[in-house]
Amino acid sequence: MMLHEGEWWTLLAAVLCGIACAVPGCFLVLRKMSMLGDAISHAILPGLAAAFLLTGTRDLLPMLIGAGIAGLATAVLSAWITRMGNVPEDAAMGVVFSTLFALGVIMISLAARNVDLDPGCVLYGEIAMTPFTRVELFGASIPRAVIILGSAAIINSMLAAVFFKELKLASFDGALATSLGFSAALIHYCLMGVVASTTVVSFESVGSVLVVAMLIGPAASAHMLTDRLSRMLWLSVILAALAAGAGYLAALYWNVAAAGMMSVAVGVEFALCVFLAPREGVVAKLVRRLRLSQRIAREDALGMLFRSGEVRPGSALPAGTVRGGIGGGLRARLAVWGLSRSKRVSSHADGMRLTAAGESDARKLVRSHRLWESFLAKYLGLPIDHVHEPSERMEHYITPELREGINAELRTGLDPQGKRIPEEGE
Amino acid sequence: MSDLLRLITLQDANTRVVLLGAALLGLAAGVVGTFAVLRRRALVGDAMAHAALPGVCLAYFVVGERNFAAFLIGAFIAGLIGAGCIVLIRAHTRIKEDAAIGIVLASFFGLGISLSSAIQQQPSGNRAGLDTFIFGKAASMVRSDVVFIGVCAAAIVAIVAVLARELGSLCFDRGFSASIGRPVVWLDFLLMGLICLCAVIGLPAAGVVMTAAMLTVPAAAARFWTDHLRIMLVLSGVFGIVSGVVGVGISALRPGLAAGPLVVLVAGVIFVVSLIAAPRRGVAAAWWRRRSLRRRVLLQNLLRAMHELLEGSSPRDLRESELLAKRAWTTTQLTTALRRASRMGLAQPGDHPHAWRLTPAGVTEAASVTRAHRLWELFLIEQAEIAADHVDRDADQIEHVLPHDVIAALEARLVAQGRLPASPHAIPVVGSGGPHA
Repeated sequence: MMLHEGEWWTLLAAVLCGIACAVPGCFLVLRKMSMLGDAISHAILPGLAAAFLLTGTRDLLPMLIGAGIAGLATAVLSAWITRMGNVPEDAAMGVVFSTLFALGVIMISLAARNVDLDPGCVLYGEIAMTPFTRVELFGASIPRAVIILGSAAIINSMLAAVFFKELKLASFDGALATSLGFSAALIHYCLMGVVASTTVVSFESVGSVLVVAMLIGPAASAHMLTDRLSRMLWLSVILAALAAGAGYLAALYWNVAAAGMMSVAVGVEFALCVFLAPREGVVAKLVRRLRLSQRIAREDALGMLFRSGEVRPGSALPAGTVRGGIGGGLRARLAVWGLSRSKRVSSHADGMRLTAAGESDARKLVRSHRLWESFLAKYLGLPIDHVHEPSERMEHYITPELREGINAELRTGLDPQGKRIPEEGE
Repeated sequence: MSDLLRLITLQDANTRVVLLGAALLGLAAGVVGTFAVLRRRALVGDAMAHAALPGVCLAYFVVGERNFAAFLIGAFIAGLIGAGCIVLIRAHTRIKEDAAIGIVLASFFGLGISLSSAIQQQPSGNRAGLDTFIFGKAASMVRSDVVFIGVCAAAIVAIVAVLARELGSLCFDRGFSASIGRPVVWLDFLLMGLICLCAVIGLPAAGVVMTAAMLTVPAAAARFWTDHLRIMLVLSGVFGIVSGVVGVGISALRPGLAAGPLVVLVAGVIFVVSLIAAPRRGVAAAWWRRRSLRRRVLLQNLLRAMHELLEGSSPRDLRESELLAKRAWTTTQLTTALRRASRMGLAQPGDHPHAWRLTPAGVTEAASVTRAHRLWELFLIEQAEIAADHVDRDADQIEHVLPHDVIAALEARLVAQGRLPASPHAIPVVGSGGPHA
């Protein structure tokens, strides 16, 4: 698909908007105040309307001031109502922003004859119109939205870079920040101001829905990918740009609303991160759990074969007995298959036997088990018939260091039931 | 004026239907909103109202024409899917509820906008009336739509009326509710379904944002007036009805104004009135409480200062400069306190200008205030192990807050230990029938 010049500009505007929103969004997500972003993006409407009605223009500065006041009012009033009325925080926020939004819509409809703001443009914006309003800058004709959104992206990134330490501290430990001498409350309200002004500048090009998506989505996606704040900021910027670009191209391809598709792209991106994130992702967690479960099943099978060999040396256990002994089903089948593949057990006509490698692994495991039993009996005074169960769980998590540490402490060759504790390298 | 008359007397059949629908919607949103607010689901309602939009669009694709019931069913299903996503994200990832709500809200709504822009491009698309589901248009509803909404709203109210007790215990103490055998998981689902249904049937009348608002604003306003669930339900329902009827009524008089924002604005006004005027939680009440406490504290400080200046000496008039030096207070505070004391008959002007004396009633009151203060001072030092240099301030504050019977109990305990300070009643009084006069 070939883009013509105007579409390139629109794409750039979308990407810049994403970047401008993603940076403050990270702090909103971390401080669990994402919905304040949503609230502010609705609540600035009366501020915009008032600015327009007072000045009669759509100039940026009065709009920014009006929106900044409305945005701060949302944050302050929500907090105040929560305190005064014993109303949950989310309800207080809902009351403030929806009432302000309603007020804004009515102000606009009352002045409908001479205002070219309408609720529709508030929600969707008109990003497709980006190339048509241009200004001359450095001899080039650049769309106004690109300049404004670009400045917002740069200013927000710079603010985040300059006040990185303060923002970080205030986000993770507000009380410590205050005790170190910079007011967490001040930073909070500055952040609200930044969110409000970013919303305003994004507003006419992309609309409030996309602002909400871009504030929260990329930051939450980045939060799935990393624990470090600095990395989260970078990632959220990249993810926002990607989502904006992909959403815009998809909108062109299917010929549907651009702001809508970008929000969908943000959602899809978040879903991908939720499923595929390397450590925190749903798939990764599932794989980790399956792996652990397999390891435990394999080790249980080894232990079972070892103990059977202790009672009747040289004997084999039928594969079905081994599988049944570790819980049966697909999990057991996989575990036994894994053991023979890694040559820990060998199959014979009369059943399964440990190989030399398997014998060595099993010895360590049973050693851990019996040492732990002795430890529980000696130091915690558990009765003998109570020590097997916890050791059955613990044996899978005992490291060689811990094992030998316990051994050095106990200096015993027998477990509480009188069974021999196997040495590691016999 | 004749329009207003027509409206109030309900002469217009169409207006009658629309007003009835608005009242039912307001009632349903008010009562369900009560539980939504108490269970901290207010913003989930907002998310569900937004998430419903793609359902409406998909229903249009399936049915192929404007079919009100199909739209609402599609919206209901999409809203529930959105809520389900929020619950799953919260339960299975590190992402907190607020961000989950925001993402679901924005991406579902974005999908809805994209789909509806695709529908608008179809030749028959403009007649689908999807815009009414975003911005709401009460006037565009036909009779059968209103009947449908009304039946849903009535069903919602009936369910809530039957299950109010169960839902209430779910909201206030889920663990307790589960422990006495209530099916809390199902109740939670039911509540979610009710919120979603409310949000969905409100869409065509009030639009996305305003529908969610009606789930929050009346209930939050009702919270200011009461701590009882039943009263809150009734109040919230009434607030909902009033906002619905008044908002739609104004919109009928001024066709340029959409009903949705007006309804929310009326609810907002009710909220602001509640915020200011509610008897206990209201701003006015809180201000009055603080003011009277401040005045009481000031007066008692004055009495104690006068008592301490007179203690151990013969009764005399006290100059204002003496009193001013006794405590850290401003001249204005002192003058205010003196004026108040003389209005209450506790002090009176002395023989010289700028000099004051205690009346007999004032002597008694000053002694009792000082006595309570000293009791506490001693109590805090001996019992609560407060550092001696912190005591004066604490005793100051507590003696103004403490009821008389507690002071009496404290006295008794200190008497038993033989550490009660000498009774202050033997204080000499100037120019009156005091003990030494």
